[in-house]
Amino acid sequence: MIEDDAFQLAGRTFRSRLIVGTGKYRDFAETRAAVEASGAEIVTVAVRRVNITDATRENLLDYIDPKRYQILPNTAGCFTVEDAVRTCRLAREAGVGDMVKLEVIGDQQTLFPDVPATLEAAKILVKEGFKVLPYITDDPVACLKLAEMGCAAVMPLAAPIGSGMGIRNPYNLRIILEQAKVPVIVDAGVGGAADAAEAMELGCDGLLINSAIAGARDPVAMARAMKLAVEAGRLAYRAGRIGMKLYATASSPLNGLIR
Amino acid sequence: MSTQALPPFQIELNGEPHTIADDARLSALVQRLKLRKGRIAIEINRAVIAKSEWESRLLHPGDRVEIVNFVGGG
Repeated sequence: MIEDDAFQLAGRTFRSRLIVGTGKYRDFAETRAAVEASGAEIVTVAVRRVNITDATRENLLDYIDPKRYQILPNTAGCFTVEDAVRTCRLAREAGVGDMVKLEVIGDQQTLFPDVPATLEAAKILVKEGFKVLPYITDDPVACLKLAEMGCAAVMPLAAPIGSGMGIRNPYNLRIILEQAKVPVIVDAGVGGAADAAEAMELGCDGLLINSAIAGARDPVAMARAMKLAVEAGRLAYRAGRIGMKLYATASSPLNGLIR
Repeated sequence: MSTQALPPFQIELNGEPHTIADDARLSALVQRLKLRKGRIAIEINRAVIAKSEWESRLLHPGDRVEIVNFVGGG
């Protein structure tokens, strides 16, 4: 039996390989219940203007305790290098550490990343001491460049954000994994538990899921399903699956049949 | 350090006009808005202001202030 393996990321050790987002939930109570059910230790959040007119309103961090979870602020919604970098600096000043999920969006409809802008922003942030986890196209060259410039991981998309389309290009992911010098975390595109297991079976180090959990009919149940799928996929990867053959190979012995 | 402008004057706070009526220190603005210091971050004119500087940092007419916190996101 293979012992469970730890997940090394940005100099820290985690048990869970599932990172979950906190967007699109009905309320903070549901967010907390789903995050707990997912077993995730790293949780993404967004940076937005405070509500000036009603500052007494409850805050997400009242429900997701930063002492218990590694908070991973994102730069979602940023279309320029400057805005992404500003957002990361603000997030760090807010006091949840220096790990950031960098996204520089290039297109409103597909939410595909602006690759050159992402590379530029990553360079600045690495220099400033951030642990950068960039959301990026499933482009092996871009992933290689990000790893070489000092990013803590690369996070290629499997399909557009929130699309639930699953792993659309497993071959690119395989190439990225083969070349990887840093952890590869699939970010975006997972729809069902099978997609999560597939990504992990390919050998991905981790998975970031938000929409597929928050948008499910029962988000808390789906969070648990994703936790199990990630664990099953990881274990299957380490166990080593059989090769594919066109024809059958009998499972039962051919000797000793009755006549 | 620029000279201190005497209130009242206008700043832009999270994209909206906002009047600084008396105390021009950044810490006074945070206090007046009843914001929880541990949960927010502030930039003035696109530069982050460290929490340790809020007490001494004075606001000036026309300053563009952004105060942010964390919300749900993926």
